[in-house]
Amino acid sequence: MKPPSMKFPALRIYAIIYLLFLFAPIILLPIFAFNEGKIIAFPLTGFSTRWFETLWERPSLHSAVQSSLIIAVLTSIFATIFGIFAARGGAMANFPFKGGIIGFIMLPLVLPEIILAVALLVLVTKVLGLAPNLYTIVLAHTLMCTPYATSVLNGAFANLDASLEEAAMDLGESRWGAFRLVTLPLVMPGIISAMLISFIISLDEFIVAFFLSGNVTTLPVYIYGLRRQSDQLPIIMALGTILVALSIILLVAAEILRRRGLRRAGLEDAGGFL
Amino acid sequence: MSGSPLITLRGVNKHYGDYHALRDIELEIRQGEFFSLLGPSGCGKTTLLRTIAGFEDLSSGTLMIDGKDMARVPANERPTNMVFQSYAIFPHLSVAQNVAFGLRRDSRPKAEKARAVAEALEMVGLAGYGGRAAHALSGGQRQRVALARALILQPKVLLLDEPLSALDKKMREQMQVELIRLQRNVGITFILVTHDQEEALVMSDRIAVMFEGSIGQMADPETLYRRPNSRRVADFIGKMNFLSAEVTAAGATVDLDVQGLGRGSIARDQAPNGAPAGPAVVGIRPETLTIVFDGEHTDRRTIDGVVDEVVYYGDMTYYDVRVPGVDEPLHLSMRNVIGRPVLDVGTPTRISWDERALVLLDA
Amino acid sequence: MAAGGFISDDGRRALRSLLPPFVYAVFLMAIPLATVVVVSFQIRGAAASGEWLDGALPPPVAIALRVMVLLYAVTLPFAFVLVARGGNAGRISRFLLLAAPLWVAALWLSWSYLATLGFGFGNYASVFTDPINIRGAVRGGSWLPGLLPRSLFVSVAVTAATVILAYPIAYFISFRVAPENKSLWIFLITIPFWTSYLIRIFLWKVILGYSGVVNTALTGLGIIDEPLTFILYNVNAVIITLAHAYAPFAILPIYVALEKIDRSLKEAARDLGENRLHTFLRVTLPLSVPGIVAAVLIVFIPTIGDYVTPELVGGSGGLLIANRIQALFLQVNDPGLGSALSLVTMAAVGIVAGLFMLSLRRWLKRA
Repeated sequence: MKPPSMKFPALRIYAIIYLLFLFAPIILLPIFAFNEGKIIAFPLTGFSTRWFETLWERPSLHSAVQSSLIIAVLTSIFATIFGIFAARGGAMANFPFKGGIIGFIMLPLVLPEIILAVALLVLVTKVLGLAPNLYTIVLAHTLMCTPYATSVLNGAFANLDASLEEAAMDLGESRWGAFRLVTLPLVMPGIISAMLISFIISLDEFIVAFFLSGNVTTLPVYIYGLRRQSDQLPIIMALGTILVALSIILLVAAEILRRRGLRRAGLEDAGGFL
Repeated sequence: MSGSPLITLRGVNKHYGDYHALRDIELEIRQGEFFSLLGPSGCGKTTLLRTIAGFEDLSSGTLMIDGKDMARVPANERPTNMVFQSYAIFPHLSVAQNVAFGLRRDSRPKAEKARAVAEALEMVGLAGYGGRAAHALSGGQRQRVALARALILQPKVLLLDEPLSALDKKMREQMQVELIRLQRNVGITFILVTHDQEEALVMSDRIAVMFEGSIGQMADPETLYRRPNSRRVADFIGKMNFLSAEVTAAGATVDLDVQGLGRGSIARDQAPNGAPAGPAVVGIRPETLTIVFDGEHTDRRTIDGVVDEVVYYGDMTYYDVRVPGVDEPLHLSMRNVIGRPVLDVGTPTRISWDERALVLLDA
Repeated sequence: MAAGGFISDDGRRALRSLLPPFVYAVFLMAIPLATVVVVSFQIRGAAASGEWLDGALPPPVAIALRVMVLLYAVTLPFAFVLVARGGNAGRISRFLLLAAPLWVAALWLSWSYLATLGFGFGNYASVFTDPINIRGAVRGGSWLPGLLPRSLFVSVAVTAATVILAYPIAYFISFRVAPENKSLWIFLITIPFWTSYLIRIFLWKVILGYSGVVNTALTGLGIIDEPLTFILYNVNAVIITLAHAYAPFAILPIYVALEKIDRSLKEAARDLGENRLHTFLRVTLPLSVPGIVAAVLIVFIPTIGDYVTPELVGGSGGLLIANRIQALFLQVNDPGLGSALSLVTMAAVGIVAGLFMLSLRRWLKRA
């Protein structure tokens, strides 16, 4: 008998190559961001932070960042609130068509984004007669992020003993008081995770934002606008480095919080975000 | 056992769609009583408890607690508190915070509340545990925290939903004794839901046995055990041998012809449902049947049989004995005292029995 | 406890809790999609004459007729359903259906009414007749397929590549990685997904480009003399980029399905004399079919809606149906045709996905 670690070394090698494929863009990103040269290619021409410095001198970038942040913050709040409702309802008793209702809430996850973008654009311009603006993007992003927030929160609510809220009510709290004093603190790590993930998705979303942006420029729309200017590429790399660093920091924070939440409730780890 | 009714249920029904969870429940529970709802799973006992607690609405009927109609009173305003099956200890709070949870709306000064918490913890034998994290407690300790948390509010009624089912056998027996003692000390009415007939018999003043949403029999433990009013109740509580019989005459006493045992007569109260002439079923408990060992003498009536099955339990031995003229072997249990051998399968044996142990059930 | 077709108190509470996100989803998905359906019949440039019965008939008669026509048109499908179900309502409906000529007249009247408002099948006609969308054409001596078949082909290729590449990883994590390290691996695999989508595409441009990382590395190592050109600005680049973007979506469902497989089943199969390969083919693979199906759907459906990847790395020949829809809405300004094309695309995606699930239903049912 071979020891287990010797079983299928090919599979392990494949896994490492695959990880390399997954991480190749992220590894290259900071390398080119800190590269002196204007052309994005090897060999490197020397270390420089000048691309990061130029980021500070772009007011149009700043306003794009500002819009994106407003959209992402509002989206993360709304999507998480909807996610709380959906996950809480999902963890409670069954009733006819429950699966269908939950499926409908989760549908944006598999709806082609262009269809969603088209549909929302038609709704906003044809039915409501509005010009697309920042808040129409928030509406759309909330729809798209709710399934993600729901799946993060599902774990938190499914682990919750339903009699905890009843116990709180039995001890004199109203339904809302029971929710606020017992359920909310227990699912708080999940709520923060859901907000962070919705925030990241909204910050990064391009297709729908581009359709609905009108005269508002979000960060991805701004980056997209630079696509034909090859001299702008290093600046995109610098911007990307900052975004990736931010995403990873937020994600690690979300993951740590989720695990701490599980530990605090004395529960087994039941898997990740998705 | 005395006192006025604290809880009254009149014609209580609960439907879940087509499912009839509670059927015409009539119930009075007295102040200071230790009352148990006993039955197999799905019999509606937990639904009844949750109805009293206010977690389920009634489909019809009335529920009064302390003279007040509870129809529009939500759970948080009822004078009841509950110990949940899972204990429902708030995992994010300490033991003391758990116990103090219900005092949030209390206007007493902080120090006084803290003293109340300490007293409650002492009452359940957890003095000094206040600072512990709730999720670090053992099953028995959680149970005690749940008790302290409910009792600190001095409810009129304490509802216990299978509170001992999650504990191991030793711990369960210990907690049974402690619960009885606690109930006597605080004088609060306890309503216990359990599927464990032994637990109900040990702890309760009165027991309601439930089947399929309705109460089969409601009585004190001894009556329930000795005079079950139906085959179902008799079968659920303890073990019982059932024999077909014929009621031949009913006057001051009831004359019977019992399959395998022969003719006899019993007192009127041994027939809780009356004694119409004709075919009937008679029950007799295994421990009232006795094997007459070699060299022993008995004045009671006897029948002959052959040992069919032997199960040795240490302090007891359980026998199945085949008796001519009886379809099923008779179950009987013998205490293992010095001088009594454990009989082998196939041994011919004599069994003594007593008419006073018979109970006449429905056909 | 509860019988079928009935909501318990707790169920009602669950429903109440699910209602806000559901209503929101209805408002932002169902209603817009319904609007898209309406808009897809609206032909650009077709003038609304506004003259119909109003001119010929006295106004009250015209209004009554209009209401009747609408009522008939709306209730027609319900009548068919009721007949199918039988019963009293079915009998009444059958009687109503006997008046079939009336229905035809009603449909014709309502249709001609809509036509006066500029509605018609024109957009659908051009979706199916214009070579660029579906039919394809000979251009410059070679066959150029329509955008929709090509997009479906690219999506199928992306899905196949992504799922086939992902399966061994899911298998590796589920069966080879120690339990305490599993969540770390899953975390590692999801990280690239959370990093800016557009920037990832830009980076693939950099990696795959003429003087990109791959080419400079390969020429530097002396493996090739000339830079490879088949890896950027064509369909291959689109497939590579999308396979990267959707990797976690493919890995996670398969991983979840593999995790659910009872480990003793594999041992039992080995015990019964199957070798490693046969154990995989006869036990593990069939049991993981639900995960594969989920992975396929969650990759296939969204990839068809992506227009940025084809635009940035696909070159002129890599443009797909989503680019066309985007152009119809934002550049050509023909929302009617755009809507019709969107709906046809969605229907095509639905049909392909449905056929795929139908072909695997044997394994889906068992799981």
